[in-house]
Amino acid sequence: MLEVKNLTFKVNENGIERSIVKNISFHVDDGEMLVITGPNGGGKSTLAKVLMGIEEADEGRIILDGEDITDFDINHRANAGIGFAFQQPPRFKGMTVNRLLSLAAGRKLKESECCGLLSRVGLCAQEYVRREVDATLSGGEMKRLEIATVLAKPHKLCIFDEPEAGIDLWSFSMLIQEFEKIHKKKAESLILISHQERIIQMADRIMVIENGTIGAVGPRDEILPTLLKEEGECSCMNRQAV
Amino acid sequence: MGELLDKITEKILQKIDGEGFEQKGAFNLRHNGIALCHGDSEHIKIRKKEDKQGIDIFIDGQTRGEQVHIPVVVDSSGMHDVVYNDFYIAEGADVTIVAGCGIHNSGCNESRHDGIHSFHVGKGANVRYEEKHYGEGEGTGGKVLNPVTKIYLEEDAVFTLDTAQIKGVDSTIRETDVAMGSNSRLYVVEKLMTHDLQTAESNMEVQMNGEGSSAQIVSRSVAKGRSRQVFHPKAVGNARCHAHVQCDSIIMDHAEVSSIPEINAKHLDAAIIHEAAIGRINDEQLVKLRTLGMTEEEAEGVIIDNFLN
Repeated sequence: MLEVKNLTFKVNENGIERSIVKNISFHVDDGEMLVITGPNGGGKSTLAKVLMGIEEADEGRIILDGEDITDFDINHRANAGIGFAFQQPPRFKGMTVNRLLSLAAGRKLKESECCGLLSRVGLCAQEYVRREVDATLSGGEMKRLEIATVLAKPHKLCIFDEPEAGIDLWSFSMLIQEFEKIHKKKAESLILISHQERIIQMADRIMVIENGTIGAVGPRDEILPTLLKEEGECSCMNRQAV
Repeated sequence: MGELLDKITEKILQKIDGEGFEQKGAFNLRHNGIALCHGDSEHIKIRKKEDKQGIDIFIDGQTRGEQVHIPVVVDSSGMHDVVYNDFYIAEGADVTIVAGCGIHNSGCNESRHDGIHSFHVGKGANVRYEEKHYGEGEGTGGKVLNPVTKIYLEEDAVFTLDTAQIKGVDSTIRETDVAMGSNSRLYVVEKLMTHDLQTAESNMEVQMNGEGSSAQIVSRSVAKGRSRQVFHPKAVGNARCHAHVQCDSIIMDHAEVSSIPEINAKHLDAAIIHEAAIGRINDEQLVKLRTLGMTEEEAEGVIIDNFLN
């Protein structure tokens, strides 16, 4: 279980302090899927980075399975059981897909194991396993590979930052099925940051982040109708193809 | 039974001969300026030069997928070893040549090896040449390696040059010259790591003289500490040809890297491209690997290892 208490993250812009995440508290139960949505620039991705330790919280506590991980750095949080898929993953010149997935798994994967992971994210495994993770891969391919790095080993909590971005419709449907499978097992808690209605519809609970604060949080059936109703006014949700 | 090798020599051979040095087939191990042991195979004959230090290696046209190993080990401090090795590869041969030099210097005098190699590659022959350079030893004496490589490719010949300076070489000046015949192909992968106060200079000139010749040159380097590197690849198109030169360097600490590409077209249908990039390790790469559970130091090591892979 993840507990977030009074989390605040500030930036200093030209001597002026500005809060990006403002005194946020929430929790994610074991096996629960929490979808975080809200307008662009509202603080969703920053919140995710603070949870992973990529950005350092100014105030508040983060507790994972009863352990206070607020002062843990990125790798300690990873080793404590948090997986993170970036919205825009980096490329690695000279590193093969096979090698990256092995690093993600924490052990040398057999080619067949890599192929299995790649298939789960809709990549034709034989074409990719020996390729380099460099500029020859498209944005969509990189994104699916990024998700595969998180699927490479079990976590207590997986955070996916806009997993749908840049992915074609066919692959998106496969990803939805994959998230559904993970969710069904209830072995890992999931935080998905998304604007996609199909992803939001999978959530156990939805949290809307606006201007660095929680605009709304609650069960899907409670929050989703409000989001759909507001869609015409100021949409934070995308019902179109990704 | 082969020559017994001491532990230092065995260790260095493990570093510089990735295929695994064995005293069988065609081989020649040069140790502190003398040939310690050598052997021929049915298709590959090695002959000692009469007029100067070095060997002539004759690879006949029946050679198929065979390897020849010619490593050099220098572990005598103060040794200045100069060797001339000439390879004659007959038409149609298919061979892998594993060279490389390692210096162990436990003294205060400079140890140096200058390997001057020439390759005469016959029509349609396919040659893979692997060369690793490595230095070690607790002494204060310098470890210097200055290889000179001259490659002459006849029609339809294919040459793959895979060189790596692993670590520990205080100073190197690499000179590589290639003359290419029609429809010949050249693949070069040069990997270089410098650290502390080391210096490295690599000058390469590829003359594409034959119609339809093509060259692909990839240079990747990492400069750490206060080391300095200079790259000067030059591709000259004298006929209808194609070349792609790519130089990428990672710079760290207080190092300095210069990349001075030169492309020169002397024919209307010569297509030559050059790309060069120098930069520090990308922070996003470090963060990504740390989200996989690595420390910053481990992540840095992985990025460098793969970059130079």
